[in-house]
Amino acid sequence: MSDLIRQSAATLASAIAEGEVSAVDVAQAHLDRITAVDERVHAFLHVTAESAIAQAKAVDAKRASGDTLGPLAGVPLALKDILAMKGEPTTCGSKILEGWRPPYDATVVERLRANDIVILGKTNMDEFAMGSSTEHSAYGPTRNPWDLDRIPGGSGGGSAAALAAFEAPLAIGTDTGGSIRQPASVTGTVGTKPTYGAVSRYGLVALASSLDQAGPCARNVLDTALLHAAIAGHDPRDSTSINAAVPDVVAAARRADVRGMRIGIVKELSGDGYQSGVAQRFTEALAILEHLGAEIVEVSCPHFEYALGAYYLILPSEASSNLARFDGMRYGLRAGDDGQHSVEQVMALTREAGFGPEVKRRIMLGTYALSSGYYDAYYGSAQKVRTLIGRDFESAFDQVDVLVSPTCPTTAFKIGEKVDDPLAMYLNDVATIPINLAGNAAMSLPVGLAPEDGLPVGLQIIAPPMGDDRLYNVGAALEGALVDRIGHLFIEEAPAL
Amino acid sequence: MSTDEFMPYEQAISLFEPVLGLETHVELGTNSKMFCACSTSFGSDANTQVCPTCLGLPGSMPVVNRVAVESTIRIGLALNCSIASWCRFARKNYFYPDMPKDYQVSQYDEPLCSDGYLDVTVETGEGPREFRVEIERVHMEEDTGKLTHTGGATGRIHGADYSLVDYNRAGIPLIEIVTKPVAGTGALAPEVAKAYVTELRDVLRSLGVSDVRMEEGSLRCDVNLSLNKAGDPWGTRSETKNVNSLRSVERAMRSEIERQAEVLSTGGRVIQETRHFHEDTGRSTSGRSKEQAEDYRYFPEPDLVPVAPSLEWIEELRATLPELPKLKRTRLQDEWQISAFDLASVVNAGALELVELTVAAGVDPAAARKWWTGELLRTANEREVELDALGVTPQHIARIEALIADGSLNDKLARQVFEGVIAGDGDVDAVIAARGLAVVSDDGALLAAIDEALAAQPDVAEKIRSGKVQAAGAVVGAVMKATKGQADAAKVRALLLERLGVSE
Repeated sequence: MSDLIRQSAATLASAIAEGEVSAVDVAQAHLDRITAVDERVHAFLHVTAESAIAQAKAVDAKRASGDTLGPLAGVPLALKDILAMKGEPTTCGSKILEGWRPPYDATVVERLRANDIVILGKTNMDEFAMGSSTEHSAYGPTRNPWDLDRIPGGSGGGSAAALAAFEAPLAIGTDTGGSIRQPASVTGTVGTKPTYGAVSRYGLVALASSLDQAGPCARNVLDTALLHAAIAGHDPRDSTSINAAVPDVVAAARRADVRGMRIGIVKELSGDGYQSGVAQRFTEALAILEHLGAEIVEVSCPHFEYALGAYYLILPSEASSNLARFDGMRYGLRAGDDGQHSVEQVMALTREAGFGPEVKRRIMLGTYALSSGYYDAYYGSAQKVRTLIGRDFESAFDQVDVLVSPTCPTTAFKIGEKVDDPLAMYLNDVATIPINLAGNAAMSLPVGLAPEDGLPVGLQIIAPPMGDDRLYNVGAALEGALVDRIGHLFIEEAPAL
Repeated sequence: MSTDEFMPYEQAISLFEPVLGLETHVELGTNSKMFCACSTSFGSDANTQVCPTCLGLPGSMPVVNRVAVESTIRIGLALNCSIASWCRFARKNYFYPDMPKDYQVSQYDEPLCSDGYLDVTVETGEGPREFRVEIERVHMEEDTGKLTHTGGATGRIHGADYSLVDYNRAGIPLIEIVTKPVAGTGALAPEVAKAYVTELRDVLRSLGVSDVRMEEGSLRCDVNLSLNKAGDPWGTRSETKNVNSLRSVERAMRSEIERQAEVLSTGGRVIQETRHFHEDTGRSTSGRSKEQAEDYRYFPEPDLVPVAPSLEWIEELRATLPELPKLKRTRLQDEWQISAFDLASVVNAGALELVELTVAAGVDPAAARKWWTGELLRTANEREVELDALGVTPQHIARIEALIADGSLNDKLARQVFEGVIAGDGDVDAVIAARGLAVVSDDGALLAAIDEALAAQPDVAEKIRSGKVQAAGAVVGAVMKATKGQADAAKVRALLLERLGVSE
């Protein structure tokens, strides 16, 4: 089998299962690719080459002994550095966690291991997942494989770039306001934010507990579905995880049939503010869906205009509390421990030295929003908006099966372009944030390249809670029609690096 | 240390009316912690009963301990509270090194139990008086780790060379029981406070939810107090911590009444502050001022789902409530056929359960009461420990009573046996053997001692022979002295009279 790095996860898994290629060869090919290109892309913060090869060897041994292999056995994966992996560095893109090696595996990592998915390493991200460009990583930015001067999205830019640079066929991201979908959109890859509670958060270092969700990323819809199925499901260690059967996302991806479906476009997410090529590719995608037999209808979600405001109160509030534990007392960085400083001073100096400016900004915002006398006006009001947005979605899903929108207003912007303008950066997530506030499921998949810059454009599909299978059904149908049209996935057009 | 002035108690009470309040923290006796599966057992090596969750490691998550919720509901029911059909945990945010996450998972405006009461009885010169202490709330939270400060004079964090943290205690389930302000107790405020904590402790013990040991910290009490002049609004309150025994509850409140009365009557202003009680001096010192109230930035804990006990579950738990102490006391008074006053003396001695267990071990109620509220209580008071910490068990008393009944021991010897048991010399029979405490029952030895005593006091012998039987006491006393108390006095007397040929 030639060119192992350009294969889909499903193809690799079946080749490994059939003995056409060894898992070790597959892992090594990807490790070699990382060695060749990652100096330029910087998708990885830490490559776990040794344990990856050991895992691959175990898969080969399993096969040799006649054991049945799982649907993704032996397939390599890039893991966002926000998930605890026993004995390996887990930095969340922050200096404050430099040197910390968790003594335990996140539930997602346990499930990856149980599915014999080979973990290649930990990917770069905006510090504590705060950002939309991966420029806020304390370890330097990740570059977009489509154009190394551009951002790969964020916060999960490392995971998306690893896919687009063919360093891994699978990746895990986490999505608090768009951190899986926006990077997928700007790198021409696929990423799903599952229903809140569908994938365990145990071992996912919390940014905003009520919004965070880990999810699957890949270069095509079926691979994403296979990974989704591998990591989803109830976990007694996460009280907020849903105790119900996972929708059959793999079957849905294979079904790929939108005939008779009602697909909604959200009035409040249409209109001005989109780059022309983004709007154009989105409109074309709608036409394709209609052509495939879906009915396109417009619905209104009147409270979406308050989503960004509510999000930037709830997220910083929860983050200010979740990040309090990084105080230099137990793990990670400790500053000022010279016998001259009090414990309060050591805590303050550690946080001063260990956190970057965006993290500090949000901790300040959140601390303020939760303060006595301001709580009702800020956190309290934001929670009410959240309820109203949930109702908007409910009434929309009374009318349609899924909603669609462009994932992002623009294609990948230039590194440095928005890093000093937090508001401009925040506006990137205007279409992705309402989904996290309501706990819905959503996917971004590529629907073309913008004519003006040749960069990928993503379309977002939104489903009601526990309707994750609908994303894969619609996504696979659209992807199939686009491949029929041009003969390959858009990702094939990415530069060779 | 303290420069406080104090007004004599009687005078303070004649000028001011106290309003008291109590916040009690109870460590639940669950096997595992509030939000993880770690053991709660006491006394293990530091930081050995920890996991990612109770260490607050990045990515870890809490899961609520069902037994802790059940215990809290049972406490709420026993305290006549309403049980919330839906409530949440909240995060209390503040930085401190004994807090693994720098926030404590607690409950804020949505406690599991609220609006209950506990009736307590206080003995007064005019007989018993009952007070109703209203309970505002009973809520669940997690304990913090334990800090040990090394170096420095005070044992506190400021001035220490270094500090050590043991997170074994972090995450142990804590229940906080908060009373509403209690007014109208007048001079009895300290007694009411003590009676409340005592009754609460007995209720918790009867529920079996905690070992409620104040000295080990599984029951901790903060005493709130304010004073006002009759007819005036309530005054500013102080909160006294480090009140680690029932006796201290009473002393701390009395001392605080005396202190605040002096402050107020000399034109001063009571500061809203936390004070620390000192067992040795019986006084408190000023701690952290709460004038600028700390902002804990409470918000609902997003890592946990709401606790929503069903009515069926609550009723199931209600059915598991034991006989509560007040009803039990009524029953025991009846069974033991004693007066309310006698029962109160047993209760005040903290001996109710011990007497009950001793009776259950086969001892006559009167004898059981006599030992626990007499000799043993005296010893406990001398040693400043609780009765049940003496090391004497109901079984010991049962054995001693059996030996008295068969004539092997008398009361005086029995007291010596108790001394031995308390000294840790072993059980009853071991102490008797080691100290040679058996009653001298050999008639020959006793007669020899009698003859010797008669020979030493020939005039007394003559008196007895002439019919003055009451003079026999002097001879019996001499015999008892000669046998070092190890004889049965009645038997000595009988032998003596027989020897002299007189009858009663």
